[in-house]
Amino acid sequence: MTASRNEDFNYRLWRYDGAPGELIPLLQSAQDHFGYIPRRAISYISEVTGVPESEVYGVITFYSQFRLQPMGKYVIKACDGTACHVQNSRTIIDTLEDELGVEVNGTTGDGLFTLQTVACLGCCSLAPVLMINDDTHGKLTPQSVRKLVREYRRREESARREDASCARA
Amino acid sequence: MKQVIVGMSTCGLSAGSQKTYDRLAELLAANPGAFELKSSGCIGMCYREPLVEVRENGSRVIYGAVTPELADAIISEHIKGGRALEEHVALRICEGAEIAGAEAPAQRGQVRIVLRNCGLIDPESIEEYEAAGGYRALRKALFEMTPDGIVKEIKDSGLRGRGGAGFPTGLKWSFAASQPAGVKYVVCNADEGDPGAFMDRSVLEGDPHSVIEGMIVCGRAIGASFGYIYCRAEYPMAIKRLTIALDAAREKGYLGTNILGSGFDFDVKIKQGAGAFVCGEETALFQSIEGKRGMPRIRPPFPAEKGLWAKPTNNNNVETYANVPWILVNGAAAYAKYGTEKSRGTKVFALAGKVRNGGLAEVPMGIPIDDLVFKIGGGIKEDRAFKAVQMGGPSGGCIPASLGTTSVDFESIPATGAIMGSGGMVVMDDQTCMVEMARFFLDFTQNESCGKCTFCRIGTLRMLEILTRITQGEGRPEDVPNLLELGAQIKESSLCGLGQTAPNPVLTTIRYFADEYEAHIRDKRCPAGSCLALVDFIIDPEKCTGCTVCAKHCPVNAISGERKKVHVIDTSICAKCGKCITSCAFGAIYKK
Repeated sequence: MTASRNEDFNYRLWRYDGAPGELIPLLQSAQDHFGYIPRRAISYISEVTGVPESEVYGVITFYSQFRLQPMGKYVIKACDGTACHVQNSRTIIDTLEDELGVEVNGTTGDGLFTLQTVACLGCCSLAPVLMINDDTHGKLTPQSVRKLVREYRRREESARREDASCARA
Repeated sequence: MKQVIVGMSTCGLSAGSQKTYDRLAELLAANPGAFELKSSGCIGMCYREPLVEVRENGSRVIYGAVTPELADAIISEHIKGGRALEEHVALRICEGAEIAGAEAPAQRGQVRIVLRNCGLIDPESIEEYEAAGGYRALRKALFEMTPDGIVKEIKDSGLRGRGGAGFPTGLKWSFAASQPAGVKYVVCNADEGDPGAFMDRSVLEGDPHSVIEGMIVCGRAIGASFGYIYCRAEYPMAIKRLTIALDAAREKGYLGTNILGSGFDFDVKIKQGAGAFVCGEETALFQSIEGKRGMPRIRPPFPAEKGLWAKPTNNNNVETYANVPWILVNGAAAYAKYGTEKSRGTKVFALAGKVRNGGLAEVPMGIPIDDLVFKIGGGIKEDRAFKAVQMGGPSGGCIPASLGTTSVDFESIPATGAIMGSGGMVVMDDQTCMVEMARFFLDFTQNESCGKCTFCRIGTLRMLEILTRITQGEGRPEDVPNLLELGAQIKESSLCGLGQTAPNPVLTTIRYFADEYEAHIRDKRCPAGSCLALVDFIIDPEKCTGCTVCAKHCPVNAISGERKKVHVIDTSICAKCGKCITSCAFGAIYKK
């Protein structure tokens, strides 16, 4: 964690004006910033809001959005809502588990992907669908979903190679 | 000048409308002044996205499935040459003429009140909303009507809550209005959590001002000066457009202090949900806004008396508020003209699943299910048999095709054992296993149960265990009676709507598809060919290329065959894990 990022996080908290009901927005801001909610963020938020740490923890674990572990660079949200389910989303999820080598809620060893399932992304007419970070992909098949993951991997690899050659130059 | 309008809601974007828009922007740069490029929300034909409309002098030509290449052709042929590309026209709407185009049959019979502006205006432009008659209802509410008059108008319209329960909206408003003056709140439930429902998302993305205007009118009617929109975090685009709309409304003086010089103050804040289905229940929703675990509490006291922060609160959902401005401008009688005796007006449905035209449809209440599935939905994909429709999400139930003539309204749907719900309609064909469907919903509600009530917390888990066993071929004769008993107990002994309705999918599938339960339990057979443990995996010799990938993936070595020759699965060894299906690049493996 660099100093500047930490400052930014403190700044957001510093803006907390004592309005009641800000606990969830504060947690969302922490998660936006770190990608998950680290232990020290819980202590910090508890301190500024006066809400006991145990209660903060209770709120975190109640809502499916919050994570206590770091997530991959790309979060894959595979939809298993009703519409996707009747269009065989289970096969898509099985394929993702196989392609990534992790189970649902797992993160790949290289820290690139975290696989999650969600109850509905609201694009049911394109079922089965998934989101990779903020991008939605629809009308998936086992073949297309493998291709998609490999595309992301390839893009990452070529970016890494470019970085390396820049560093050499 | 001709306008070219691209549908840029979540459904459009995920179908690739950004690429189409970018291409059109390039073409505009190359031909300055040739046309005006704009974006709009979802018009409801999600199955034909990306949609591009060419509009000129009240004539609208809407093209479907517009790729960047087709965008090139539209500009050169239609914009420059003046000739529409007829084979790509999805819909043609001309003033004073019958709508035409390939999708016209699906559009006839629809009445657009809630969706009046969706797909028509740029949701990020308050001027376009005003030009379409926006904020006229607010002026009327502020300067021509008394708060009591507004409540009466809503009562007379017969509008009932569109979130699912169908409580009369005017009556609800009168409860909050009758509380002593002081701090009161207007809450908009935009936590559309039912899997298979996306009506509210489309309204928020396509016409956010209609919801905001409805909320301000409600504030005026009940004497509240502050509102919250509780929106799910899974809808980033809706949150973005709401934020833009709120800022614009403040700038124009529709929100804030002394609105339009009337002396009335009102402002709205967005609260993002954090992913909990139970927060759709109003008392849980208030807890969540207050920053706590979203757990429901006992009613009474009802929210009209003690709601958010223990103050009188009126809570309605997105679609309900979006109806309000239309009713005030056009009058209660015009609204009550649509629908049935007890269910007035229109309802937006989200059609999804095995239906051909997946998307949004707004129809008068009282339309038969068959009309929605076949006339508007275009029938079942691949012409398979229509088996059932699931209404009301995980709280609802499965209505069999044999009850297809059932009228869609707040009286007839609950009589089948399902509920109206918020309007999600998932269509199922003969390949959908109803036992597996019931298991799927129980898995969802069991996960989302907040844990407060024992029957909901533990009872749903027991039901889930039984259903899982049945789908794995280990059903016992006593399972169905046990499910019925547990279901009745959970409904009786749960505090909130989640638990009270959680058994519905199981109870309705047992009621209408008892033979499927029987087949699973007694014959160890899945008639729909869906439950993995009860089907055989077979390789289609026509499609198999002998690439050996499936054999390598098989954990039990049940697949044999030489390279470049057709492979075979030994069903006596096969563990039915499905690894071969997901690994096959040729789609050669199927279940039977």
